[in-house]
Amino acid sequence: MEHTSGVTADALAEARFFVGMPDASLAALATTAEDVDVPAGHRFFDEGGSAQRFWLLRSGRVALDLQVPGRGAVVVETLPASAVLGWSWLFSPHRWRFGAVALEPVKAVQFDGPGVRELCAADPRLGHDLTLRFAAVMLDRLEATRVRMLDLYAHPEDVR
Amino acid sequence: MTSQMARQVTPQGSPMAPVPYRVTRSRAETADTVTLTLEPVAAAIPEPAPGQFTMMYAFGVGEVPISVSRTGPVLEQTVRAVGAVTRAVCGTRPGQVLGLRGPFGTGWELDSARGRDLVIAAGGIGLAPLRPVVLRALADRDAFGRIAVLIGVRTPDDLLFTGELDEWRARGAQVEVTADRPAPGWTGHVGLITSLAGAADVDPARAVAFVCGPEVMMRVTAEAFIGLGTPAADVRLSLERNMRCGLGWCGHCQLGPLLICRDGPVVPYERAVPLMTVREL
Ligand SMILES: Cc1cc2nc3c(=O)[nH]c(=O)nc-3n(C[C@H](O)[C@H](O)[C@H](O)COP(=O)(O)OP(=O)(O)OC[C@H]3O[C@@H](n4cnc5c(N)ncnc54)[C@H](O)[C@@H]3O)c2cc1C
Ligand code: FES
Repeated sequence: MEHTSGVTADALAEARFFVGMPDASLAALATTAEDVDVPAGHRFFDEGGSAQRFWLLRSGRVALDLQVPGRGAVVVETLPASAVLGWSWLFSPHRWRFGAVALEPVKAVQFDGPGVRELCAADPRLGHDLTLRFAAVMLDRLEATRVRMLDLYAHPEDVR
Repeated sequence: MTSQMARQVTPQGSPMAPVPYRVTRSRAETADTVTLTLEPVAAAIPEPAPGQFTMMYAFGVGEVPISVSRTGPVLEQTVRAVGAVTRAVCGTRPGQVLGLRGPFGTGWELDSARGRDLVIAAGGIGLAPLRPVVLRALADRDAFGRIAVLIGVRTPDDLLFTGELDEWRARGAQVEVTADRPAPGWTGHVGLITSLAGAADVDPARAVAFVCGPEVMMRVTAEAFIGLGTPAADVRLSLERNMRCGLGWCGHCQLGPLLICRDGPVVPYERAVPLMTVREL
């Protein structure tokens, strides 16, 4: 993995995830962030591992997977560029619930979870704002999961 | 007789009389879906606009509304076998004859999107009614901004028009496919079509979005683009209801104040959404 530092508040402001966040909050978050470049096949994390980071994907695609006995790593969802990867760093017990692997070379901004948690504890407004942004992401993914459960494209004979 | 009704009268004179069309080609798209190429046996129906449908008659079996999946010099319709009539239509071999009435309904009105970015979002068989929009837009590529074609399928084997997607890409469209249930070896996206919204290489605020698929899929996809800034007035959906006459006569296709055969199938999101969420309708 290649790391380059120097993430700026302006660079973060361009991301949809951060739209509308006050400059001071962005500047604070930028201090915990670095740009990373990873090759295809790079594992961001494994299910059960300690969750201490999150990523804002700038390009490339990441698969979320689960190890299923007899089937190997089954992909449950892929995240395209502009998506946020990882929220377990925010919630106790800070363990990844899924694995994540780069399907293509990925450029991302990587955030240091403990550092962001400290910022949130010191500035509850930032904490509230960031938590709401993650909640919105989780809400979208929950809705998507529920809609997928409807199996909308199934043949009518299979859902009777 | 209004001009609209005059257009609907078939060469035989009665708008209820099917016009014979010969199947010249039958191409299996998936295990249950077939694209038929159709040529008039004698007189032709008027040229359908992208988004319009015909009533397809399998002689002796019945008649069903089916959108056009290619229009212009070549007429194609793509049919998924889900019941008696669609099974009969899908089983029609080259040389055999079907009856067509129409074309009926509203189209996508692609011209209204000229100069704008274009989002074409299709779920399952919903790609069939949108294919003529893609083909028209690519034939007049410079008239549009960026074009994103987003496709949701149940499994990779359910993807339609697989032989064309690379050509669409080569001609200047971003084409992204996402599967609900990936098969081993699938390297595309996995997840609901809404997960592709943020990855569409368009400016949502200046985009027009055409969405077709199961109703719930259309609703969440439309909302995803509206959430990204696409004006609700620039999002169009294609609705489905059971049909009989196709002419606004029988009331079979009623959805609230709309007769889908006449006021639809393509309707603005703002008009469709209050009706889609009412339980009784
Ligand atoms: C405007 C319009 C355009 C259409 N375009 C196409 C098209 O391009 N290609 C295509 O394959 N189909 C299209 N359809 C759907 C098609 O008309 C129906 O699948 C067909 O009427 C089913 O008739 P059947 O006799 O084969 O099956 P039926 O016996 O009537 O139905 C078989 C099963 O399919 C279910 N079913 C019927 N219609 C639908 C539907 N619309 N959506 C989901 N489930 C349904 C029924 O509930 C039943 O379980 C369109 C419908 C409309 C209204
Ligand atoms: S199908 Fe008869 S009114 Fe629409």
